[in-house]
Amino acid sequence: MSVLSRDTLHEVKLQLNGKPRSGHAHPRLLLSDFLRHQLGATGTHVGCEHGVCGACTVRVDGVAQRACMMLAVQADGRDLQTVEGLADDGVLGDLQAAFKRHHALQCGFCTAGILMSCADWLGRVEDPSEAQVREMLSGHLCRCTGYTPIVAAVLDVARLRKGAAHA
Amino acid sequence: MKPAAFDYQRADSAEMAVAALAELGGDARILAGGQSLMAVMNMRLAQPKRLVDISRSSPLADVRLDAGWLHIGAAATQASVEWRPRLAQEQPLLALAFPHISHFQIRNRGTVAGSIAHADPSAELPLCLLALEGEVVLRSSRRRRTLRAADFFTGMLTTARSDDEMVEAVRFPLAQPGTGHGFEEFSMRHGDFAVCAVAVVAEAKRLRIAVGGVADKAVARDFPLLGGSALGDALNEFAWSLDARDEPQASAALRRRLVRELGRRAAEQALATRSTPP
Repeated sequence: MSVLSRDTLHEVKLQLNGKPRSGHAHPRLLLSDFLRHQLGATGTHVGCEHGVCGACTVRVDGVAQRACMMLAVQADGRDLQTVEGLADDGVLGDLQAAFKRHHALQCGFCTAGILMSCADWLGRVEDPSEAQVREMLSGHLCRCTGYTPIVAAVLDVARLRKGAAHA
Repeated sequence: MKPAAFDYQRADSAEMAVAALAELGGDARILAGGQSLMAVMNMRLAQPKRLVDISRSSPLADVRLDAGWLHIGAAATQASVEWRPRLAQEQPLLALAFPHISHFQIRNRGTVAGSIAHADPSAELPLCLLALEGEVVLRSSRRRRTLRAADFFTGMLTTARSDDEMVEAVRFPLAQPGTGHGFEEFSMRHGDFAVCAVAVVAEAKRLRIAVGGVADKAVARDFPLLGGSALGDALNEFAWSLDARDEPQASAALRRRLVRELGRRAAEQALATRSTPP
């Protein structure tokens, strides 16, 4: 592959929540900024920009990761999911509904990232313990809730999905 | 915080990556998972002229068992090793250490080889590689060479890698029957870098204790099988030999105390998990 020059805008084409989207980026543009400023997908929030706070977590080919530690040009050809894709035609997804039910957010700044982590993780760990949920949530900073209602919401979703699978 | 400008190149193989390094040397950096490099670039602590992205190279993402080794290619994510169904049998020390390594979301993209190439003195994977006497495979356009972990790590964020070389793979030995493992860590918050981490391998006649987070690199030392006060004395002497880093958030005295306490716990764990050879 040829070298992408620092001074040139390069086309980036990707799938965003199931729809083809494209924009232009210099190599140094972070994926988080590309989503927000090029594609207008401002549900993904930007906090620390060094991987600690978790606010910008999105799913790339299904895998939860930081959008601030990935380049927009690296997302070319990939399948991205962000918080905008969780609700189905205006109806909250089960994770979002559980967060609302358990008061698992207050200001909501961290919530988009946490939801995307949970969306990936609960697909891999179907019957998690509270300790496992807390280990997963350690990758997110929330300054409002004290985490307890978030843990309750995640455990509730796991329980409900398990019940639905066995029904 | 945004990175300074750089040129970007995707490399689908080690050959392509080392060709770029041969041309540019230290002005080019290999981008694997980017979970260390992108952070330091966002903080402008690193400003490479070109990034050579190997993250989508499938040959370099290879993880396989190879003649007594767990061979992990440069682009293999930490998650791809952590979620191996038999990791706790293949190499129990790695299974013990992974939950301490940053967070789920970081391990999903961060690579094993990248953490080792970055050589942070507080990072868990360099510590495990040293404790287990693993190897680092270095590749340039001129040659390929394999270094023992003890020869690879030379100091704080520095290694024996030359500017035209990339870490092509790292190799952890598979667990031998009768060997026990222990891992203990203290950090300010779960997933933070270790203030002190201790990895212990207990064999039939040898207790190998490795300490990270204390000196400018992880340090390992071999002891005969010890317990009780003899172990305590040995750990105390080891702790004082390490020239512990003194920082506002963690004094050298705290670090020495952690070496003694976490060292004892990890050694006891390693001795307790040592099964009798068949």
